[in-house]
Amino acid sequence: MGTTPDPSRSMLSEGAKPPSMEKHEFSVIGRPLPKIDAWAKVTGETKYADDLFLPRMAYGKILRSPHPHALIRRIDTTRARALPGVYAVITGWDLPRVKFGILPVSQDEEALCTEKVRMVGDAVAAVAAADEETAARACELIDVEYEPLASLMSIEESLGHPEVRIHEYGDGPNVHKNVSLQFGDVEAAFARADLVREDVFFFEGNTHLPMEQHAAVAAWGPDGKLTLWSSTQTPHYVHRLLAKILDVPAAHIRVIATAVGGAFGGKLDPFAHEIAACKLSQLTGRPVKIACTREEVFYIHRGRHPVLMWIKTGFTQDGGITGCHLKTWLDGGAYGSYGVASVFYTGVINPVTYKIPVYKFEGARIFTNKPPCGPKRGHGTPQPRFALECQIDKAAEQLGLDPAEMRKRILHEPFTKTANHLTVTTIGLGECIDKVVEASGWRRKWKGWCRPPALPAQPVLGEASEGAVTSAPSDKKRGIGIACSAYLTGAGTAIYWNSMPHSGVLLRADRGGGIAVLCGATDIGQGSDSILAYLPAEILGIDPKDIRVHAADTDLTPVDLGSYSSRVTLMCGTAAIQAAERLKGAIAEATGRKLGVAPQRLAFRDRKVGVPDDWDKAIPFAQAVELAESMHGVLAFAGSYAPPKRAGKYKGGGVGPSPCYSYSACVVDLTVDEESGEVELHDVWIAHDIGRALNPLLVEGQVEGSVYMGIGEALMEAQIFRKGLHKNPSMLEYKSPTTLETPEIHTILVETDDPEGPFGAKEAGQGPLLPVIPAIANAVYDAVGVRIDEIPIVPEKILKGLELRRQGKPPRVGPERIPLFTFKEPIVVESAFGQPAEAMAARPFADAPSSGDSR
Amino acid sequence: MMRLPAFTYLAPPTVAEAARAVVEHGGEAMLVAGGTDLYPNMKRRQFEPKVLIGLGAIRELRGVSGRAREGLRIGPTTTLTAVARHPEIARHYGALATAAGLVSSPQLRNMGTIGGNVCVDTRCNYYNQAYEWRKAIGFCMKKDGDICLVAPSSSRCWAVSSSDTAPVLWSLGARVRLVGATGERTMPVEALYRDDGIEYLAKRPDEVLADILLPPADGWTSAYLKLRRRGSFDFPVLGVAVALRIEGAVVRDAKIVLGAVASLPRSAPAAASALVGERLTPEVITRVADLAAGPAKPLDNTDYAHFYRKKMTRVFVARALRRLGGLDGEGRAEEEVA
Amino acid sequence: MKTRLSLTVNGETHEVLVPVHKTLLEVLREDLGLTGTKHGCELGECGTCTVLVEGEPVLSCLALPVEMEGRAITTVEGMAEGSTLHPLQQAFAELGAAQCGYCTPGILLTAQRLLEDNPVPTRTEIKEALAGNLCRCTGYTKILDAVELAALRMGRQPAAGR
Repeated sequence: MGTTPDPSRSMLSEGAKPPSMEKHEFSVIGRPLPKIDAWAKVTGETKYADDLFLPRMAYGKILRSPHPHALIRRIDTTRARALPGVYAVITGWDLPRVKFGILPVSQDEEALCTEKVRMVGDAVAAVAAADEETAARACELIDVEYEPLASLMSIEESLGHPEVRIHEYGDGPNVHKNVSLQFGDVEAAFARADLVREDVFFFEGNTHLPMEQHAAVAAWGPDGKLTLWSSTQTPHYVHRLLAKILDVPAAHIRVIATAVGGAFGGKLDPFAHEIAACKLSQLTGRPVKIACTREEVFYIHRGRHPVLMWIKTGFTQDGGITGCHLKTWLDGGAYGSYGVASVFYTGVINPVTYKIPVYKFEGARIFTNKPPCGPKRGHGTPQPRFALECQIDKAAEQLGLDPAEMRKRILHEPFTKTANHLTVTTIGLGECIDKVVEASGWRRKWKGWCRPPALPAQPVLGEASEGAVTSAPSDKKRGIGIACSAYLTGAGTAIYWNSMPHSGVLLRADRGGGIAVLCGATDIGQGSDSILAYLPAEILGIDPKDIRVHAADTDLTPVDLGSYSSRVTLMCGTAAIQAAERLKGAIAEATGRKLGVAPQRLAFRDRKVGVPDDWDKAIPFAQAVELAESMHGVLAFAGSYAPPKRAGKYKGGGVGPSPCYSYSACVVDLTVDEESGEVELHDVWIAHDIGRALNPLLVEGQVEGSVYMGIGEALMEAQIFRKGLHKNPSMLEYKSPTTLETPEIHTILVETDDPEGPFGAKEAGQGPLLPVIPAIANAVYDAVGVRIDEIPIVPEKILKGLELRRQGKPPRVGPERIPLFTFKEPIVVESAFGQPAEAMAARPFADAPSSGDSR
Repeated sequence: MMRLPAFTYLAPPTVAEAARAVVEHGGEAMLVAGGTDLYPNMKRRQFEPKVLIGLGAIRELRGVSGRAREGLRIGPTTTLTAVARHPEIARHYGALATAAGLVSSPQLRNMGTIGGNVCVDTRCNYYNQAYEWRKAIGFCMKKDGDICLVAPSSSRCWAVSSSDTAPVLWSLGARVRLVGATGERTMPVEALYRDDGIEYLAKRPDEVLADILLPPADGWTSAYLKLRRRGSFDFPVLGVAVALRIEGAVVRDAKIVLGAVASLPRSAPAAASALVGERLTPEVITRVADLAAGPAKPLDNTDYAHFYRKKMTRVFVARALRRLGGLDGEGRAEEEVA
Repeated sequence: MKTRLSLTVNGETHEVLVPVHKTLLEVLREDLGLTGTKHGCELGECGTCTVLVEGEPVLSCLALPVEMEGRAITTVEGMAEGSTLHPLQQAFAELGAAQCGYCTPGILLTAQRLLEDNPVPTRTEIKEALAGNLCRCTGYTKILDAVELAALRMGRQPAAGR
């Protein structure tokens, strides 16, 4: 061996060392190739869901609730049905009376509400008509009688009014989920510390804002079979849930994910428009399209939870952490969605970054009458990451430590476990910190902890108080900040408990030497289709062009759970490698017989198969495929992937485990205008431990996109409400950064060749968002000496902080108090901190290690 | 997809015919030039005209003529891009080129006209919402309802004047010519505006904005600063237009007009007269900025907190004066200073 | 009430019979089958639906076809010459400037006009030209890189002929 790490290996033997990082000769891996769908995307050929126009297609529209909380007394669709051009009108009473939800533990949604609405925008009825305008007019003719109920629009209101109940289930009045986990004795840890800090932070909610509005087309044929084309990240879960919701055998349903025009976690649940389109198609005998408006997309939401956080951490003189206690309150909105996972994610990933020997986490998700929150890029982890990284910065100041240096000192040890029993493999964070410190000129730019001089009592305009006008206006202050993070590469458990693969790939070789790859994975722009071409191409020694990828079609492709939790490259990639190795073995066997050599001696490259030191006799790949088909029959091979079973042996241990974790470090350089409080970003340096960059171009793109989204969240994006309604449900008033607000982003990739990843790869699509937000907050502090402990960091807050400074008060803007709330008795588990990643059973479905040797 | 309601479209070839067409269709007709303000509003059902009278085919309404020495005439259907890039405007009426170039996005400026921006509908974040949203919160008096949601005890509408070019034109002393079915009139641009979020224009529905007339540039310099969250797309939530005539470092004449802090552009005459006879020293600038902020009365119905917009009025006026006085340290802001 | 219009799109003349209140965006997508033009808000707030009219980037969601007669309309489908991609399309594909690809058509067309006006734009000029096109995937970085690469390549072509 000694070449690439065996991608099918997941065994970590006792005391395993990280694999060596020799340079390998790859033909595809590591090259900045165009994505396989790039050509269709630059010519406008790519078909998104709303680009589908089927013969006789009807247009659907959803009637939504105007009340944040109300009982439905009566729905009368008579007038709507009578409108010419209307084909069908449905309410929830026309659907099987079954509640659903993406998580088995939160079955609390109806496609169309029957008895109660819980937010403005809840779906109540749906219409199919000859065109969109008629459908919209028909919606206006549906008479709904509501009995408004008191609405609860914040965590405080929901906890303060237990007599008003949004749902009847949960861990208490309006408490969806209450969790508490303790790993070791935190109080003892704080007693040991030289410095104990308690801080409170708030992270406002925000939304994904994909450029493509959600849309779906359903066609229910006369044979009783249903096809749904939808802009979804998870055709498999939609498939499963449609069967339940529509009460139709799953075998008669086909879900095809069309090209997805951005998702970021916002297209991961089954939605009313999808379900209504199916039912309307069944009733009308026509294909039905429902394309959501931008405003509806704000109601669909499932975005970033607003989270209030209290964090207490003990530090030693040299920056070490003795223990950490985190409490989080999540404003969940009106439904469960992924919320149970979200609440765990606000707690469980923090220990993966630094040495935190003892850890306690308490979290609660509260129902409110707002669109449901869910999994947005980073799912539950950017909020506590903001809290932890800002607190570390504050501690570094008190301890007189360079915050970059301090973080380097406390990095978690590779190939050991965290306090909360997560097994960590490779960690490239030290190198990431070095790289961003170096590239940003941190040592030159960071001012140290000497604070800017006290401000004069009155704000100055111009330089009036100082007499002469200088050339550079001193109201602009430069600052630099650093933060780090970690994120999972795929959730270790599926949304529904099962022992089947998380990802499957079918490979079929055709006689011309082409390969068809079939996989349920869904390309949402991140490039998973391309990964499915690159990896088999690498293994089979052919060009990615020789491969056609057919993805995300529940009729044709093996299940992949979906594009979430940064799982796709690792899971479908590993499955693709297994399938390709199996095909390769079959081809090698036939070719070896033809050439009279042992199959193990054969190399596959340049579309040929042969013995490396007798390459003249190598035969074309297409011919080798024919030999193999002659020997074995049809060449179709499957690969499967399921993560190693590493869930901690305690209730709740299923959220957090991942085959491996990515790491990022970020430095932000910015200017704060002390007169206006405006922040201008100059440069962002981000180093990301990607394990291995299968295609550096795609990885950079994911990192840059993550940085961008982090910037928007840090400085301007906010999903906020007024009088029960979304305040700004438009592209104009929900502020998404343009080219002019986006700084230069300098991406540095660090490779650690993780034994769990395909060719050593880890995730890139979410983790790099995390450090950006606290790095900005820390840089603002460096610039003007003001702590903004509340996201987004808007000019008003900075001016308020500066005003506090002027008044000689603590220059901090952020939440002042936490709710009176009793968390559950904690589940107390011994800390697993520092335990070696023990030898464990082979990953399910993995081939014996020898199978990869021929590479 | 948000769609337009149905209407009939007319494209008269002359201003007179356009005015006549409005009269002919009574209250059912509206004039439209670039459509970038009206069409989104129609899609949200803020306007539901049965007849649209397009001004695009009227040649006399398009283009810039004259020289800065004698004054310029800008045709109202000249696009914002064309105004922003016009060399004579950029050189002699800098703030106008700046303001036109800061409206929304490049694409929108290629369609939107200066006349449209002068007449742009007032805005309010209770009003610029889709029909269903407005219905859910309870319609406001600007459309379909009878109360103001920003100031519920008020009998008037507080929607905000959101034009970038209007305060600048006012500060530059521009005049407008209106042509109606029964005659025409020319008046100072400020006379076009009324302090009411609904009836914000003193223009009769049949009157077509036919000319925007700039006086001779004549030693004036001007600046426009705009507050908004992003460098593109966003409407002003504060606009500061300053025009000064400076002789030998002494301000001889001054105008300061604020945008987006009331239902009409607000001039700050006390601040302006405090400048006359003064040199632009930091002390003078601070005093004038304090005075200028007085007339700004923003309410909580746009982006950014209203107290912040008020606070920024002072900062932005000072900045504009510093810039015109060459005191801003960043020196050359040539696009903005003529 | 429908109107018969003659529209010149990508050099081809199409006779369409459409309601006058149908926007150019809707006619391109629904009547001419040119679904390469996308939409993100239909209110002029995102730039996704950008097409060129007489070479100028405009928002097709706010344009009326009745005002477009006799004017040359270009959509993303008209950027390539035959089977040869426009250098911008080539550069966007090669550099990964299209992630989900949804904002890509509008950005390509806006950039096409920029390079016609200004063959060697600075990065700041590219940002200003593209300030009316929102993208949520890329952080714009690869988009700016791709415009720069296309500008470089387009600049080289005449030089190579000398």
